[in-house]
Amino acid sequence: MAKTLVVAELLEGAVRKTSLSGITMAREVGGDFDILLVGEGAGGAAAELTGFGAGKVLTCDIAGGYVCEKHAATVAAVAADYEVVVACASAYGKDLLPRVAAKIGAGVASDISGISNDGGKLVLRRPMYAGNVFGTLTIDTDKKVITGRQTEFEPAAPSGGSSAVSAVAEVSDAAAGRIEFVSLEVVKSERPDLAEADIVVSGGRSLKSAENFTNIIEPLVDTLGAAMGASRAACDAGYVAADLQVGQTGKVVAPKLYVAVGISGAIQHLAGMKGSKCIVAINKDKEAPIAQVADYFLVADLFDAVPALTAEVKKVKAAG
Amino acid sequence: MKILVPIKRVADPDNANKVKVSGDGTQVTSEGLEWKMNPFDEWSLEAALRLTEDGAKKTRTGEVVLVTIGPKDAAQTVRTGLSMGAERGILVEANDQELDSNMVAQILKAIVDKEKPDLVVMGKQTVDGDSNVAGTVLAELLGWPLANYAMSLATDDDGKTLTVKRELDTGVSTIKVTGPAVITTSDRILKPESVKNGVTPADFKYPEAEGGRYASLKGIMAAKKKPIDEVTAASLGATPQKTLSYLKFELPAARSGQTTFVESVEELVQKLKSDAKVL
Repeated sequence: MAKTLVVAELLEGAVRKTSLSGITMAREVGGDFDILLVGEGAGGAAAELTGFGAGKVLTCDIAGGYVCEKHAATVAAVAADYEVVVACASAYGKDLLPRVAAKIGAGVASDISGISNDGGKLVLRRPMYAGNVFGTLTIDTDKKVITGRQTEFEPAAPSGGSSAVSAVAEVSDAAAGRIEFVSLEVVKSERPDLAEADIVVSGGRSLKSAENFTNIIEPLVDTLGAAMGASRAACDAGYVAADLQVGQTGKVVAPKLYVAVGISGAIQHLAGMKGSKCIVAINKDKEAPIAQVADYFLVADLFDAVPALTAEVKKVKAAG
Repeated sequence: MKILVPIKRVADPDNANKVKVSGDGTQVTSEGLEWKMNPFDEWSLEAALRLTEDGAKKTRTGEVVLVTIGPKDAAQTVRTGLSMGAERGILVEANDQELDSNMVAQILKAIVDKEKPDLVVMGKQTVDGDSNVAGTVLAELLGWPLANYAMSLATDDDGKTLTVKRELDTGVSTIKVTGPAVITTSDRILKPESVKNGVTPADFKYPEAEGGRYASLKGIMAAKKKPIDEVTAASLGATPQKTLSYLKFELPAARSGQTTFVESVEELVQKLKSDAKVL
């Protein structure tokens, strides 16, 4: 029996890239690992996971859309045979794994940023207080459940070989009788995924409207081949969809280049982007807190500066 | 409808970069920072108040019971919630430095067993621990369904069934839940039309706000007379088990280098290309 179980994630019948961060976590735990894929189309998608060195890829096709109560009992029944259960701390992982942990009597460390193995003892590290403190911890229970930040665990590269695929039985849960999936509206974008992009351009409340996001921010985003993000204020105001929120409670990003346009830099926003390698702020107010983390700061009116920046980047790219 | 709203006091989240770590690294200290209600709990309280009132007539139609787990001083945070409109409070006396999500969930289960609410509405995470675990574990301990990350709630039968929109990293999922259930809320629960309870007129809009409602003077006066019961985990018959051990805390390494102020977009692009090498 392998030591670690990776709970992979499906989205619309395909394996989500977050699963590969889960595999990286299992490799860092050390020892053998298996992968479990649960949900509608799991059997069909399992082949996407057979080249990563897992002992087995286990699947359970559960019809219909995801609710935690429909997956947790099945995952727990499989997880009972493993010492460590890991998953990416995506909305899916964070929703599902604590319920699994409670079912198997395990402690759960969530949103961790590092794993070290101290003579067989797992020592974990995780950000707290909006990333202003890092805690080093151990899980005291025999079984350990961990979710990890996608930005801290690079997607695993295939290692060759071909893991055997087998199906496991669905286990029902009484709580599932009182919850019903109605719909999932997946936000589709031609742009790179926020959590995976090399460049992120985010806009704040100063953009003042959805139209300005379209007319001012999007051309820069597309010229840079970037993902688009936003502050909580901009999402709350309805300028962009909520899933673009970067911050303590939105997405955590750590791109090579992060451009913060008209974002003052509330602690909650900084928590989601201060791991970026290079941070550029464009803001009228040079005293804005974003200066605490910015490498470059252009003090300017964004309505003039961003179109000019888009044009300049185009020029430089054309010149090679 | 009776709703239990667990709340936690946290060091002022707008100054979270001012928390410190004790010399031996074993404790996070927040001296000089004001205690505030965890923002997500405040927003959950706002949602619970909306579910149990006629928003247009400003009359209460249900009961909201607050519970906090912490030292006696934490009663202040409960008082704040009572002044916003909750009916009564419970303080479970404990050292809040020694709690983990699992212990919180076990204590809350004991409170739920005693209070028998129709719903538990709580923040998806506290902004100090940032764990996002207690609500889910509580639901499992109770054998209840769970709606994590609710951005809107709608009921027309006094909370017996609810339609919940959940804010996910891939989009929005809609689910139907039959109570009793645990609900955790996301940022968007504060939107003017995020809560529909079948009592408040369907076209009623709450004001745009960045947090929960302000306490009125009347609310503050009324809160002084509202009861806060003091109990302990032992008096509830709970023996919460700790599952995590924090060995040390550290402040993150400061970002290297200073901020370079640039004068023009040309200079910015040149620096990003030649110095930072990110273009």
